[in-house]
Amino acid sequence: MTRSSRPLTDPSKRRPPRMLSGNEACALAAIDAGMRFYAGYPITPSSEIAEHLANWLPRMGGVFIAMEDEIASMGAIIGASLTGTKAMTATSGPGFSLMQENIGYASMAEVPVVVVNVMRGGPSTGLPTSPAQGDVMQARWGTHGDHPVIALTPYSVEETYEATVRAFNLSEQYRVPVILLLDEVIAHVNEKVALPEREALRIVERPQPEVPPEQYLPFVDTPTGVPPMAPFGTGYRYHVTGLAHDETGFQTNDPKVIDAQLRRLHRKLELGRHDIVEVDEFLLEDAEIGVFAYGSSARSARRAIRLAREKGIRAGMLRPKTMWPFPDEEVRAWTKRLKAWLVPEMNLGQAAHEVEWAVAGAVPVRRLGRVDGNLFHPNDILAAIEELA
Amino acid sequence: MFDYQSYLRLNHFPLIWCPGCGNGVVMKSMLRAIDNLRLPRDQVCVVSGIGCSSRLSGYLDFNTVHTTHGRALTFATGIKMAKPELTVIVVTGDGDCTAIGGNHFIHAARRNIDLTVILINNLIYGMTGGQHSPTTPSGSRASTAPFGNSENTFNVSGLAIAAGASFVARSTTYHAQQCDKLIEKGIQTPGFALIEIMAACPTSFGRANKAGSPADMMLWQRDHAVTPQRAEKMSPEELQDKFTIGVLAETSRPECRAEYQKLIDRLREQEAKA
Repeated sequence: MTRSSRPLTDPSKRRPPRMLSGNEACALAAIDAGMRFYAGYPITPSSEIAEHLANWLPRMGGVFIAMEDEIASMGAIIGASLTGTKAMTATSGPGFSLMQENIGYASMAEVPVVVVNVMRGGPSTGLPTSPAQGDVMQARWGTHGDHPVIALTPYSVEETYEATVRAFNLSEQYRVPVILLLDEVIAHVNEKVALPEREALRIVERPQPEVPPEQYLPFVDTPTGVPPMAPFGTGYRYHVTGLAHDETGFQTNDPKVIDAQLRRLHRKLELGRHDIVEVDEFLLEDAEIGVFAYGSSARSARRAIRLAREKGIRAGMLRPKTMWPFPDEEVRAWTKRLKAWLVPEMNLGQAAHEVEWAVAGAVPVRRLGRVDGNLFHPNDILAAIEELA
Repeated sequence: MFDYQSYLRLNHFPLIWCPGCGNGVVMKSMLRAIDNLRLPRDQVCVVSGIGCSSRLSGYLDFNTVHTTHGRALTFATGIKMAKPELTVIVVTGDGDCTAIGGNHFIHAARRNIDLTVILINNLIYGMTGGQHSPTTPSGSRASTAPFGNSENTFNVSGLAIAAGASFVARSTTYHAQQCDKLIEKGIQTPGFALIEIMAACPTSFGRANKAGSPADMMLWQRDHAVTPQRAEKMSPEELQDKFTIGVLAETSRPECRAEYQKLIDRLREQEAKA
C-alpha cells in the first residue's frame, strides 16, 4: 500500500510571489490544510500565528478560542479533533512544557492534532525573543511513557508552509500528534514566497470506518497499524481514554493486549517511515565533511558549505525535514562516504546525540553548540569544517 | 421500572465503585434526566476527568471521553466549540474539578459555555486512597490529614456563581429525585450549568471520620441539607454545619458558542455584501 503525506502534487503550480513570515505561512498553510479549530495561549515568538487565525477562522466558519493556559489549549484541540475537525495550537518552550501531558494523551488515544512549537531560548522563561533549538529532545520525549511522535523541522518560510500542510496530513494519516518545530528566526523572517496553488495540494483525511457502528472497533489493528476514526455525533458511539485500552477503547489490565496495543502505536510509524522521514541532501554527493543541520542553523550551514567549497573543501549537508522519527538510516548511508560529521545546532548537542548514535563511532562526530540567543555566523561553521578537513 | 440497561455498557460491569458509593446514584439520576429529555444518544457526549467519579463516562452508551486529570472541561470546551449541536455533559469530582482543574472550572463558567457539569462532591480523593481535597471539611480526617484538615474549604457552587455560570444547583444522593430535575434543568440551560451533588465515600471519608454505614452517611446528608428559603431564616450558628440544596443561581447571560456563531454569521454577511 503506497501512502503519501507529501503535499505538493505538482511543484510547478504556484501562486504569485509575496512577502511572508514563517508564522504567517504556517497560519495560511493550516487553513489550506483544512484546519478549522485553533485553541491557544499567547506566547512569544509564536503569537502571530494566533493573531492571524483569530482573524481568518471565523470568516470561514471555523473557531478560534483563547484558552486560559497551554494545558487547556491542548485539551481543547483534542476535544475538537474527536468531532472530526482538524485542530491545532501554537506555542513556545514554556507553553510546550505545559502541553506535554495532553500530548501523551493524543498519542495514547490516537487523536490527530498539530502542535507548533516556535523554539526560543530556555530553560525556563529563558530568552523570549531569541532563537534556539533546545526543544528537539523535548519534542521526542517530553511526555511520559514510551510513545511515538512525529516532529518536522522546516528551514525557510516556503518550507514552513509545506511542512505545516504535511503536519496535518501526517497527523490524519497516522492518527498521531505532530509537532512542528520552528525557531524564532524561521518564524519571524520575511521571505519572498510563491506558495503552491491550493488545487495542487494533496490533503489527507483520517481513515473512516467502513463497518456499521455495531461492528466498529476504534483501536483495532489494521494492515497499516492505523485504526479508522469515526467523528463524534455520527452514530459511532465509543469510548476514548488515556488508560491502557483494548481495541474497543476500554481499559484493560491484560498484559498481552497492552503489549500489542503499545507496540502497534510504534509499528504504525515504522510502517510509514519512508513516507514520514524526509531529508534534503545538499552537495553531499562528493562530500568528505557532512554537516547535519536543521532550521535556521541549516541556513548558516548552507552558506558555510559554499564558502568551504570555494576553498576547495568538499563539504555537504544532510538536512532533516523530519527530525522525529530520526533519519538514522540516511545518516548511516552517508557516513560510509564521509570523513567526519559536523552538527551545528542552537543547543549543546541534542540532534548530535542521535547522529553519534547512528554513526556508532564509524567516523568522528563534531558537536558545535550555541546557546547565547544568537544565530550561527557562517564563519563559525566554516571554521569547524576547516578543522575537520 | 426505568430501563437503565439500554443506556449502559453492561459488558464493562461490574462497576469499579465500592459498595455504598454515591456515584451509582448520580449515574442513575443522570440517565433518568437524559431519558426524560428524549436526547438522541448519538448526540450526547459525556466527558470526564480522572478519579472515581470520572469512571462514570465509560459505563454509558454515548460518545464518551475519559480525559486527563482536571482537564475534562478543556476537552469538553473543544468538543462544544467544534460541534455545538452535541449535548456535552461533564462528570467530575471535587479533586478533579476544584484542585487540579480549578482554573479550567473558573474559565468555563466565565465563558458561560453550554456545558452541563455534574460535580460529585464526596469531600475526598477516593481513588488514590482518601487524601484530603479542597472540599474536605476543616477538621475532618483523611489519609493525608491524620490530625484533622487544617485548611479552609472551597464553596464550589459559590465559586461557579461568582465566575458567571448561568445555572448553579446543589443536591445530595439522598435527594435523588431532586437531582433528576436539577440535571434536566442544567442540560436545558443554554450556558454553563453546575450541579454539585454531595455523595458519600464510605470507604475513605466514612472510615477516616467514623461516619457510620453508607445509609448513615445518606441520613447525614438529609439532616444537614437545607433549602435556600429555610437557610434565610436561620442564624449563622444554626447554619454552621449545614449546606443549601436546590437551585442556587439562575441567570441569563450570553453563551460562548452562540456568541461566536453570531460573529461568524456577521462576518459572512459582510463578506457576501462585499
